[in-house]
Amino acid sequence: MTIQLGLPTRGTDGVPTVPDGTSLTKKDFTSDQEVRWCPGCGDYAVLAAVQGFLPELGLRRENIVFVSGIGCSSRFPYYLDTYGMHSIHGRAPAIATGLATAREDLSVWVVTGDGDALSIGGNHLIHAMRRNVNLTILLFNNKIYGLTKGQYSPTSNVGAVTKSTPAGSVDHPFNPVSLALGAEATFVARTMDSDRAHLTEVLRAAAAHRGTALVEIYQNCPIFNDGAFELLKDRDQAEARIAHLRAGEPVRVGSGDAAQVVVRDTTGRLAVVPVGEVTDEQQVIVHDPSDPDPSQAFALSRLDDATMQHMPMGIFREVTRATYDDAVRAQVDEAVERAGEGVSLDALLRGKDTWTVDGTRPGEVEQTLEGEVTEGPTAAAGDALVQEADEVRPE
Amino acid sequence: MADMSTTPLTQLDRVVIRFAGDSGDGMQLTGDRFTSDTASLGNDLSTLPNFPAEIRAPQGTLPGVSSFQVHFADHDIATPGDAPDVLVAMNPAALKANLGDLPRGATLIVNSDEFGKRNLAKVGYTSNPLEDGSLVEAGYQLHALPLTSMTVEALAPFESLTRKEKERAKNMLALGLLSWLYSRDTAGTEAFLRAKFGAAPQILEANLTALRAGHAYGETTEGFAVRYQVAPAPMPPGTYRTITGNQALALGLVAAAERAGLHLVLGSYPITPASDILHQLSALKRHGVTTLQAEDEIAAIGMALGASFGGALGVTTTSGPGLALKSETIGLAVSTELPLVIVDIQRGGPSTGLPTKTEQSDLLQAMYGRNGESPVPVVAAKSPTDCFDAAIEAARIATAFRTPVILLSDGYLGNGSEPWSVPTVADLPDLRVSFASEANDLDGEGRPVFHPFKRDPDTLARPWAVPGTPGLEHRIGGIEKADVTGHISYDPANHDRMVRLRQAKVDRVAATIPPLEVDDPSGEARVLVLGWGSTYGPIAAATRLVRATGGHVARAHLRHLNPFPADLGEVLRRYDRVVLPEMNLGQLAMLLRARYLVDVQSHTAVRGLPFTAAELAQVIHEHLLALAPEEVSV
Repeated sequence: MTIQLGLPTRGTDGVPTVPDGTSLTKKDFTSDQEVRWCPGCGDYAVLAAVQGFLPELGLRRENIVFVSGIGCSSRFPYYLDTYGMHSIHGRAPAIATGLATAREDLSVWVVTGDGDALSIGGNHLIHAMRRNVNLTILLFNNKIYGLTKGQYSPTSNVGAVTKSTPAGSVDHPFNPVSLALGAEATFVARTMDSDRAHLTEVLRAAAAHRGTALVEIYQNCPIFNDGAFELLKDRDQAEARIAHLRAGEPVRVGSGDAAQVVVRDTTGRLAVVPVGEVTDEQQVIVHDPSDPDPSQAFALSRLDDATMQHMPMGIFREVTRATYDDAVRAQVDEAVERAGEGVSLDALLRGKDTWTVDGTRPGEVEQTLEGEVTEGPTAAAGDALVQEADEVRPE
Repeated sequence: MADMSTTPLTQLDRVVIRFAGDSGDGMQLTGDRFTSDTASLGNDLSTLPNFPAEIRAPQGTLPGVSSFQVHFADHDIATPGDAPDVLVAMNPAALKANLGDLPRGATLIVNSDEFGKRNLAKVGYTSNPLEDGSLVEAGYQLHALPLTSMTVEALAPFESLTRKEKERAKNMLALGLLSWLYSRDTAGTEAFLRAKFGAAPQILEANLTALRAGHAYGETTEGFAVRYQVAPAPMPPGTYRTITGNQALALGLVAAAERAGLHLVLGSYPITPASDILHQLSALKRHGVTTLQAEDEIAAIGMALGASFGGALGVTTTSGPGLALKSETIGLAVSTELPLVIVDIQRGGPSTGLPTKTEQSDLLQAMYGRNGESPVPVVAAKSPTDCFDAAIEAARIATAFRTPVILLSDGYLGNGSEPWSVPTVADLPDLRVSFASEANDLDGEGRPVFHPFKRDPDTLARPWAVPGTPGLEHRIGGIEKADVTGHISYDPANHDRMVRLRQAKVDRVAATIPPLEVDDPSGEARVLVLGWGSTYGPIAAATRLVRATGGHVARAHLRHLNPFPADLGEVLRRYDRVVLPEMNLGQLAMLLRARYLVDVQSHTAVRGLPFTAAELAQVIHEHLLALAPEEVSV
């Protein structure tokens, strides 16, 4: 049986908006704190994009909360003049889940990094996504630990030489998009720190999504992993490598003579082939982020590898599923409503089985003390009195 | 049930019965029902369930024995009783596992059907103790009854039930017999069975039939020379119910939220012996309670803290291993100065330890189990019913002082039950809190500004400004914050000041707690027995025993472990000797010695079971003797 809960549908439903005719600006979302990332850090661009985008939501500033974990990117909340909590390593999704469930009227954002979200906080991330809590999670992926000064992260490539892997990393990396799809996230996207227009477009869709929206943001660390995404930032290289995912359109890479297209080959796998080699148009993959079956989105996420030869960017998945926080609130609201006026804490405390004592009665038998060594109940105490069967009742 | 019995009736003042059987025999249910029927008779009572961690350990083995002890009396009692007067043993394992606890003269009611060769061999009996005379020689009053076959016979008319299904009702037959023997009315149990098996009329009738058959057997048999009656206990007027510690604690949290005007949000991860609180609260949605079963202990407290940030009463419930996992988030709550209640139902440790047994060994973890100077108020419940009041007190401190508070209970309190004089909600403490709503300071240019770490001058609590409040937008977190403004600060002097401020805030809780109550009726005591947590009952019973023999001993019990009551040092110094029993290796004793330089005498045991009154009485006697050998008769 499907229960019609009449739940809200947009990510920001239920969050108070600014009065009609007024609007906020980027400046309203900029705190008085000095931003302390390294010069050239990709985080600056993301911060500017988020500060620039938030007024567009039309929400009251006081109803927006940013929760972060630990790491360079997790300093984010300090620079936004909203409510915020810079929490502990990896735990932001859990804290945000409690907050979002307790407060329907808040727009809750999580800011996290590849180490924070995928290593120490991996458990909380996957469970937030499977529950589909109404959160927007910005996962800054720079494929390195920055704040601890340059150790490899769970997204670093095999062979990555870092401070803790002088002989090269032997760890197989996570693909955050594949992971999110595996955890059945309802909104999964990938974007780039330096592509302001694309980042904003993805943020807009993520904020509108009701449920957990995971946004992986490729972000350059100029100190410990500079140029990690250079192949995707160089105009010509990017053109040849990035597959922009657009709903209803074939998935393409490159243009002109070098144009390629993603097809499902005879083995059922996805392959990238020159447009000219396509024999059957039916084989061409048309992107459908709303497909309830996540397998095609997952297959697209696997086109990416360490060489970045083909890099899908954009919204992989965007489907509707009841959110955890809405469902939790609905159960409570329904129970409260059904109980109506009849609910009484006094009655709850009394429970079902009570008895009443309306006066004190003297004990009739000489008392033995707890812990006193006696020889069985017959020798315990008192006079044996023969009585007619006479039930003792509480008064 | 009409009573046709003509067996002579003997009046007793108190009885301890232990029901023991295989973990699948339904002994916990039998004990629960006997307790309920006893409570409605007006006896004072106290119970001690004792069961293995395995859900169904191999049948008929010693590790699979589950027992339920109930102590009931016509007067005020404090413990589940040191030793059973009556043991109901459903199989050889239950007999063997419990016999050692029985005093000479105790009554044994044993299910002889289970004493076949195989079951005897399973527990190492080479001859059948029911037949070889050993039990009678040892002075026990043995009643070997074929409870299984009596049940099957009584259920013969139920043709649709298998033999196995019929056998399953043998606990009801035993309950019926015990109800007859101790003059309990079974109407409550009959109503309970009707509610439980209403949907399965055959099973319901079978259980009722077995229950009545047990009672009828008692009426007709000549095997029992006397039956017993325990009169109602004099209790202060009021409405009473029986309640376990975990039930009381759950209700205390609901009541605290109601009195604070806050939404109760529980984040929890299942763990023995705390899960019952999660179950209880999950069923209270109609009271506006939100429960979130998290993916792990860390997420559970994270969710609670997130809810607290949002203006709810955030609570997390766990046991020792879970508390260890929550440490870092408790530190975050200390740093962010948000209200949070962390409930630890202690069990045997370290590591997984003894999940179903009791211990008091998390005190130092609660006090100090975090990085940095991370002071947290700690309160402890002393009895099952006191869990209700302790929960309210924990919530009071958390909300008034904007701090995480650790509430310590333990497996003995959590699962144990006793009669509870049900309070009226309107009489409970008023815990109303106010959220910050406007600027609370002036900036450098004299303009109104909100400073999230500007403190209340009395409590040193910072304002609780919840998201959604316009103009008070601010950021909190685990990084050190500047005093008053709450901005990130690495300034050495500021850190020193903030560390001291957080400690001072917790210290100020002491100004809001009552002086330590000392029970010293003669005023001549030189020995003070101090306790905390669940040793309350055994200590109370032990001091009664000592006083009955003319010994002078004083007694006090700590509800607050951090901070201590302001007069604790003075009380300790008032006595020549302070004796402190603890179910750990002397954790509170160490704290008191360090804090007050008093030579506290520690008495410790970590057997997974509460102290017995006799054991503690002996300890007190020894101390009295050491102080004044000539005055004490032992």
